[in-house]
Amino acid sequence: MQTLDLQAVGLRELNQKLQSQKDSVEHQRWQVVNAKGSHAIAVGLDAPIEVTVEGSTGYYCGGMNQKATVTINGYAGPGVAENMMSGSVIVEGDASQYAGATGNGGTLVIKGNASSRCGISMKGINIVVHGNVGHMSAFMAQSGNLVVCGDAGEALGDSIYEARLFVRGSVQSLGADCIEKEMKEEHLQLLKQLLEQAQSDAKPEEFKRYGSARKLYNFNIDNAY
Amino acid sequence: MSDGKTQGPPRTEAIQSSTFSSSINAEIRRAAATGIYDIRGGGAKRKVPHFDDLLFLGASISRYPLEGYREKCDTSVKLGTRYAKNPIELDIPITIAGMSFGALSGPAKEALGRGATLAGTSTTTGDGGMTAEERGHSNKLVYQYLPSRYGMNPDDLRKADAIEVVVGQGAKPGGGGMLLGQKISDRVAGMRNLPKGIDQRSACRHPDWTGPDDLEIKILELREITGWRVPIYIKVGGSRPYFDTTLAVKAGADVVVLDGMQGGTAATQDVFIEHVGLPILACIREAVRALQDMGLHREVQLVVSGGVRTGADVAKCMALGADAVAIGTAALIALGDNDPRWEDEYQKLGTTAGAYDDWHEGQDPAGITTQDPDLMARFDPIEGGRRLNNYLKVMTLEAQTIARACGKNHVHNLEPEDLCALTLEASAMAKIPLAGTDWYMGQSGPGRE
Repeated sequence: MQTLDLQAVGLRELNQKLQSQKDSVEHQRWQVVNAKGSHAIAVGLDAPIEVTVEGSTGYYCGGMNQKATVTINGYAGPGVAENMMSGSVIVEGDASQYAGATGNGGTLVIKGNASSRCGISMKGINIVVHGNVGHMSAFMAQSGNLVVCGDAGEALGDSIYEARLFVRGSVQSLGADCIEKEMKEEHLQLLKQLLEQAQSDAKPEEFKRYGSARKLYNFNIDNAY
Repeated sequence: MSDGKTQGPPRTEAIQSSTFSSSINAEIRRAAATGIYDIRGGGAKRKVPHFDDLLFLGASISRYPLEGYREKCDTSVKLGTRYAKNPIELDIPITIAGMSFGALSGPAKEALGRGATLAGTSTTTGDGGMTAEERGHSNKLVYQYLPSRYGMNPDDLRKADAIEVVVGQGAKPGGGGMLLGQKISDRVAGMRNLPKGIDQRSACRHPDWTGPDDLEIKILELREITGWRVPIYIKVGGSRPYFDTTLAVKAGADVVVLDGMQGGTAATQDVFIEHVGLPILACIREAVRALQDMGLHREVQLVVSGGVRTGADVAKCMALGADAVAIGTAALIALGDNDPRWEDEYQKLGTTAGAYDDWHEGQDPAGITTQDPDLMARFDPIEGGRRLNNYLKVMTLEAQTIARACGKNHVHNLEPEDLCALTLEASAMAKIPLAGTDWYMGQSGPGRE
């Protein structure tokens, strides 16, 4: 295990060392200490390495991740795992707003709660939140799966496209064009797999599924308000 | 000769209302019939104070001109010198503005890359990601980072020569984009992770930051992912240019791109295009003043766009303090957009060459703003690239001609003192004295408080 003290080496050197594992993985496991809420930790990684960040992170930890597994042993600031392509990011605590924004792939697991706009404009990522999500989560979500083991705030899935939303608890309100949909066997199977992967003991049968009514897909004046 | 019995008393002339003009009335009827606001491409068509309202004074006894063809007049420009390890070095101060694959066909994007590369300048991606043909044919490619993040991925980000964080654009400051279903082909849909044929909306604000303090952190992330190698531009629509420029610079921009209301868009509401934003003439001096107030004029470069058409426009932008310009609509016209050779087909679409702006419908007879394979096949990207290069060369020669006439050995040496204004409006907006005077509105000074 390689240990990087962020306060000692600085952000540039830290990211450079992690990013340099791209072509040949020299060290598989990395630990980042003294994170102290710094921004842009472990961004742009592109190798199947494991990075554990001790402490809480600022904005965009694990941003645009490819292949790596980034674990945050603390809370995550805004935009954790934003635009992730593959790999996984695990937050042991709560996450701030825009968690997993525009993610294309990979898995984001938030063991605590996520704030507003979790999964905004998601494009293929899987997000599993053990707790609750805040308002406007999955806004304009294009594809991928958002699993919420707790409750969802206002305007869930507003202007949603083809993403699938699974919520175990209550939904304060659904956003424009987002409706409850039938939970089919294929969805239960998918949910089982996602929950197992995220180490959640929730049961797929306890969830409801939400998605797009597809009424906003082509402009219609009667939909304007 | 009238006998006075059949005609009655003289009648008043039939007078059309200036307020309720024929085009306004037609729009009212269209709105009443359809219930949908008008969507179109392009920029503001209304007449606004513009570069045509400025003139160069030229050299005479008090200024010494350079010989028109032989003496050196440099046009090179370096963009991104503030923080980036690899600033963009261009031969000419005219760049190609961001236009998406999706709005434009693949061959049209290729032609822009070819023409820009031949001319020694950069081209820019757009909302929809980077295509292989565009990257392959563009020596210098600026990658737009937009609210929608369609097609955005770190591999392409790292392939870019610069990154342009798009906050807004001149055609619609505060608004997002639209790409209607007719143009969402399989390839476009695939790149944007969306179902084919739907009306695609691009968000009006970024999904993971909300203000200038956040933007500073977003830029830090982009720099960390690209190793601080490439310049970061911030593009804003002409709205509050002094404050927007100040905030962009404070957020860490290497380059500020400022787009006036004449700047085009692939599609948005006509009411937005015509009624929101500032003419570029009103933006440039304010942006330059912001840079000067921070002591960063020329260290953070300013690229301006929105209605740049000729070498004279380029020279005027330089004289007002810009480092470079960007062209979009003009580049499309150079490629063959709105060419009278397709007049019969424009007529069938209910329009005429020069006025065609339904780019969102994807029926462009010139094969440029379309995803229709048959229409696209009409457009030759090699010939398009050649035409764009020719046009860029002409603009550059024109700008050099003017710069030499003003005694300048680099187009960047043009200065506000080389200009006068023809109208009070242009004078006030550009802070250039009215022709024949040493005065402009709002100017303070001895005897003018």
